[in-house]
Amino acid sequence: MALNNIWVFAQVANGAPTTFTLELLTKARTLGGTVSAFVGGDGAAVAGVLGEYGATTVYATGDLAGKLPGVAVSAAMKAVIDGGAAPELIMFPQSYEGRDVLSRLSVKLDRTVLTNNVDIAVDGASVNVTTPVFGGNVLVTTGFTGSGPHLAAFRPKSFAAESAGGGAAGVVAAPVPDLGVAGGATVTAVHVEETSGPKLDEANIVVSGGRGLGEAAKYEMVEQLAKLLKGAPGASRAIVDAGWVPYSYQVGQTGKVVKPSVYIAAGISGATQHMVGMKGSKNIIAINKDKEAPIFGIADLGIVGDVHKVLPKLIEALQARA
Amino acid sequence: MGNNGFSMNVIVCVKQIPDPASPGALDPSTNTLKRDGKLILDESDSYGVEMALQLVDAAGGGEVSLISMAPNGEVSGMRTALAMGASKGVLISDPALLGSDALTTAKVLAAAVQRIGGADLIIAATESSDGYTGTVPEQLAEVLGMASVTFAKKVTITGGTLEAHRQTEEGYDEVTCPLPAVISVTAGVVEPRYPSFKGIMAAKSKPVEQVTAADLGVSPVGWAGSGQGVVAVTQAEARAAGEIIEDDGESFTKIVAFLENLKVI
Repeated sequence: MALNNIWVFAQVANGAPTTFTLELLTKARTLGGTVSAFVGGDGAAVAGVLGEYGATTVYATGDLAGKLPGVAVSAAMKAVIDGGAAPELIMFPQSYEGRDVLSRLSVKLDRTVLTNNVDIAVDGASVNVTTPVFGGNVLVTTGFTGSGPHLAAFRPKSFAAESAGGGAAGVVAAPVPDLGVAGGATVTAVHVEETSGPKLDEANIVVSGGRGLGEAAKYEMVEQLAKLLKGAPGASRAIVDAGWVPYSYQVGQTGKVVKPSVYIAAGISGATQHMVGMKGSKNIIAINKDKEAPIFGIADLGIVGDVHKVLPKLIEALQARA
Repeated sequence: MGNNGFSMNVIVCVKQIPDPASPGALDPSTNTLKRDGKLILDESDSYGVEMALQLVDAAGGGEVSLISMAPNGEVSGMRTALAMGASKGVLISDPALLGSDALTTAKVLAAAVQRIGGADLIIAATESSDGYTGTVPEQLAEVLGMASVTFAKKVTITGGTLEAHRQTEEGYDEVTCPLPAVISVTAGVVEPRYPSFKGIMAAKSKPVEQVTAADLGVSPVGWAGSGQGVVAVTQAEARAAGEIIEDDGESFTKIVAFLENLKVI
């Protein structure tokens, strides 16, 4: 018995479903049964793309009116489930919003959650998900033991997004019920941090800096190198926590997952937290003073040296070629 | 009464975890993370403790309480937070809790919040540094039927209303929320203080009440309450180590050649 009904929590950015959402839809359609997307917002505008990637139905809450998605979308999902259209599985992106909706819904349904997954398999009635632990050295496969809906969140880039060539999905209104005091939080302003060049999680080349840079001002070398290589600058958690660069630069378990052709780690020792976010890169170059640094264990080219000496020469050499 | 004329009682959820500096391991008999050594305060939680102390300070009245769930009556991590300035704590320590999932953890913490008598604000980290499920704060809010602001990277409170900058994929949102509320805070939101010697001495006599899941009236817990079971544990395919060289002043040419070879320059 395969699954009959699967939902994917669909996220929309700049008017289009995120790539992350399309990755989950692509995987969902291999698991059997009908796939539906659940959108916190307007459904009509995205029903075409969601349908193309495998959704036959789009449940849409309509405008959230400033309510945070966690409390609002989970309440709308619960209402549809109570109305008799319960799926066996709901797949969430491991994103800020995905996590919040998943968390609230788990309490409403009294169901466990399995997060940080990179794979899922359905075997008869059992649904198993796989999570990397200890920096990805060990994979743990866990099964849901209770009854559905099973709730699982997946890390970005766990699956490749591929169009199914399907037609537009049908839109079903799934309004947000009265939230009471739980819905007290209201968004009053939205700020988008300006970035130039390719996006960190889509760039072909990523250059990241870490604590080995010594001080915030030296991060400029990382930006300069990234620009020369037409790549994106990234960062370890250590220098984000230190306030050198914004959180949106963070690569790692709690930041972005990147899988570029080339990843250059400058002054990064390779904490588990960081490696989880970049070890899928095709080629890894590491520059670090400490030859025992864990990053050298996964580097294709490792330079044991001072970033303050190596980077300026590298930048100069690349400038000379330009 | 302080500047705001508002007394604040804050509860901080703190996790006591194995020292991240020592490599983690799974207990082969249970497939759970080994937590048998000495536990320390999760660094992620030190930000929440600091924020709580600052908010109570700004309000001019109130206190910071801690709640924590840990095996073996472990309190050393809580003592660190008490030494920073928290007033008291509730420790839920119970062999029956082994194997509890995030949802059960949230139910247990919610019951501990109620045992303390609630609070104006409940603070947690966005996720722990060992298990990093990342759902407990928002689950806790839902169990308590409270409003929440997750991923807060800046928090101020004025006259009973919380204003926060909430991290998003693209930047941040400004969010307002009436109290009481649950928030999760990102690392780096404030600079955690180091406990003073005086603080460390005072922490030794601050009250930590130890309770069981049954004391809190939460059941089922542990394996029985967790709708999940480990099916397999496998080693991931190791990445082959590459060429490691010492910089001799010319190593940048190696990088250039490497990039040329990949045809990216």
